[in-house]
Amino acid sequence: MDFEQVGKIIDKYQEKRTGLISILHDIQDRYHFLPEEALRKVASRLKMDLNDIYGVATFYKSFSLIPKGKHSITLCLGTACHVRGGPKILREMKKQLNIEPGQTTADKQFSLNVVNCLGVCAIGPVMFVDGKFYGEMNPLKARRIIEKINKNKRKNGVKS
Amino acid sequence: MRKIKSVSDLERWKENIFSREKQDEVIISVCGGTGCHAYGCKKVRDEFAKIIRKNGDVKEIRLRYTGCRGFCERGPIVTIQPQGIFYQRVQEKDVPLILSETVEKGKILEHLLYEDAITKRKVTSEKEIPFYKAQHRLVLGNNGQIEPTKIEDYIGIGGYQALSKALFEMKPEQIIDEIRASGLRGRGGAGFLTGKKWEDCRKAPGELKYIICNCDEGDPGAYMDRSLLEGNPHSVLEGMMIGAYAISGSHGYIYVRHEYPLACKNAETAITQARKAGFLGKNILGSGFDFDVEIAKGGGAFVCGESTALIASIEGRVGEPRSKQVHTVTRGLWGKPTNLNNVETWANVPLIINKGSQWFSSMGTEKSKGTKIFSLVGKVKNTGLVEVPMGITLKEIIFDIGGGQQDGKRIKAVQTGGPSGGCIPASLFDLPVDFDSLTQVGSMMGSGGMIVMDEGTCMVDVAKYFVHFLQEESCGKCLPCREGLKRMGEILDRITEGKGNEEDLSLLEELAEVVADTSLCGLGKTAPNPVLSALRYFRPEFEAHIHQKRCPAAVCTPLIKYSISESDCTGCGACAKICPTQAIKGEKKQNHFILAEICSKCGSCIDVCKANAVMVQ
Repeated sequence: MDFEQVGKIIDKYQEKRTGLISILHDIQDRYHFLPEEALRKVASRLKMDLNDIYGVATFYKSFSLIPKGKHSITLCLGTACHVRGGPKILREMKKQLNIEPGQTTADKQFSLNVVNCLGVCAIGPVMFVDGKFYGEMNPLKARRIIEKINKNKRKNGVKS
Repeated sequence: MRKIKSVSDLERWKENIFSREKQDEVIISVCGGTGCHAYGCKKVRDEFAKIIRKNGDVKEIRLRYTGCRGFCERGPIVTIQPQGIFYQRVQEKDVPLILSETVEKGKILEHLLYEDAITKRKVTSEKEIPFYKAQHRLVLGNNGQIEPTKIEDYIGIGGYQALSKALFEMKPEQIIDEIRASGLRGRGGAGFLTGKKWEDCRKAPGELKYIICNCDEGDPGAYMDRSLLEGNPHSVLEGMMIGAYAISGSHGYIYVRHEYPLACKNAETAITQARKAGFLGKNILGSGFDFDVEIAKGGGAFVCGESTALIASIEGRVGEPRSKQVHTVTRGLWGKPTNLNNVETWANVPLIINKGSQWFSSMGTEKSKGTKIFSLVGKVKNTGLVEVPMGITLKEIIFDIGGGQQDGKRIKAVQTGGPSGGCIPASLFDLPVDFDSLTQVGSMMGSGGMIVMDEGTCMVDVAKYFVHFLQEESCGKCLPCREGLKRMGEILDRITEGKGNEEDLSLLEELAEVVADTSLCGLGKTAPNPVLSALRYFRPEFEAHIHQKRCPAAVCTPLIKYSISESDCTGCGACAKICPTQAIKGEKKQNHFILAEICSKCGSCIDVCKANAVMVQ
């Protein structure tokens, strides 16, 4: 893994300690998780204890210390999505992918996340898959999204 | 963009924008809020742009990609001015027809109009739609008039006039007096008087003072702050600038949730534009006043909505609250006096400065003035953002604006105030909505989430949901919140699994009292509200789970059973085909049945059954 970008990200925030959360966000955007090597680099440049950085990285839900899968599935379980059947979709996703929220499938294809609100409450239950919002979900529709991704993958696999 | 260095520069700019507007120009506004995005508004907008470009200038058409219009459930929304036509659920394929029929020939496309649920009449304009009719969209209304990424649009509707008035016609003390006289109270939840907060911060000793806009909006089910910052970021900035001038703050932060990428982006664009135009930076409009704003991103922690935790987060630390013996107005960000207000509060400020405190305080109730934006969601027909004068009844919001029940199930409660609030039963729907009356019945206004619940919602499950939510979001600093909520969650788990006993309810109440009395911050202090209000108004539901091992709403999985009605089943086989555990058996055109021992209770069969034969008990 190339960590040259980490230095550039830290430069962007002028090595300021107050930029820590933004720095971690930028690192995660670039590498899709927070690699240990990158955190060590942040600690040394910001003159902070690695402990403190680990504390921040594990306190906030947006950060992940383990690599994410190729496809990111985020399920909203905010109140509005909850009363409209969000938990049923979670059960279905757990079964389909055979993982718990926060985990990635063994083949590194899917990551499942649960969030407390995506702010699209009017059309709940909402799922956010690979950067796209899907509203008025039910277990069936959710399952079809996974099936579609798998199907596309197989199709592309044959081509190549 | 030329730098605006004086009031006359600003006036000239505004006049210039007006003079460029053409008389017979057609304005097509496509809603670009996140809700409409989920329904594909970007494709609709791109299609409009493509065809308009291809057709050339047959007619003067301006395409606008606006912020959230509020009626998210009906998205993508497209409006056509000057006729004021309101089209809903517009798809890419409708675009050529809208251009050739409506724009060219002035013909209305019936299939894109909103149909009134009661009268079955097709409605052409926004004003006639019941969802909008009873609203008073002062703060939210401009979302539909402007493109959030164009500062010219904001200037065109009178933007930054309030800033100019504040800087050149008012003294800082006068501004504070005006805000205080308006009776504006914090829209984030606590309802503290904004003018009083500003005054305290102004009087706090210290040269350097900070201004913060709280857009953490962790309250699940509420999204008005997101829509405001996304749809009209300059109004929030203008409010912050006026506040900074009144308090003599020199630097500001907008703290935005990481989950709101579009809000971050639009706020960032607005800040850059405001800097270029001279509304931010040194010597603003030639007044000698300096102020600048930057964005701080959150990391997905509900507790960071609490002011001291939010400040810790901006400082790059773990978001743990501290004791508030010394308030943040005296010692906040980096130990300096800090004034923190919520997005909606800031957006109200320019309105009050422009139109005066008397105008503002003429709306609302005795102690709650102005309007409030609510996110009306859950089991109600018309979901979306509604802005209403304070004092309107819950009934008016849920039934007149919201259109009442969604799918034949009777509405039984509304949850307000998020995890700090409570459930209000339908018997109290005549209650006027303001800060104080909601608190009196055991809930609170909070940031404005209104989640409607019907007979299909289990109140024990909702209480459990909130306790688990808060347990997960508790920062863990103080024991009562960290441990108390965990134990409350365990009790509620037991009850929903049919393992509860008589003593559980009294233990739950006792724990709730201790958590509320002894927690350090607002999260813990208000955490028991959802449980206590559910126990207060829906105790029989808890008792049914404990004594009869039954979930009346058929939600709690361990207590329910799926079956197929023999008389209704048509034997189509759709359910057997979709069942992920192959728990449904039956010959084609014969009655089907469910094997209870392998049924995973996922509910897929209900979704596919056209005969409504699947029953849950």
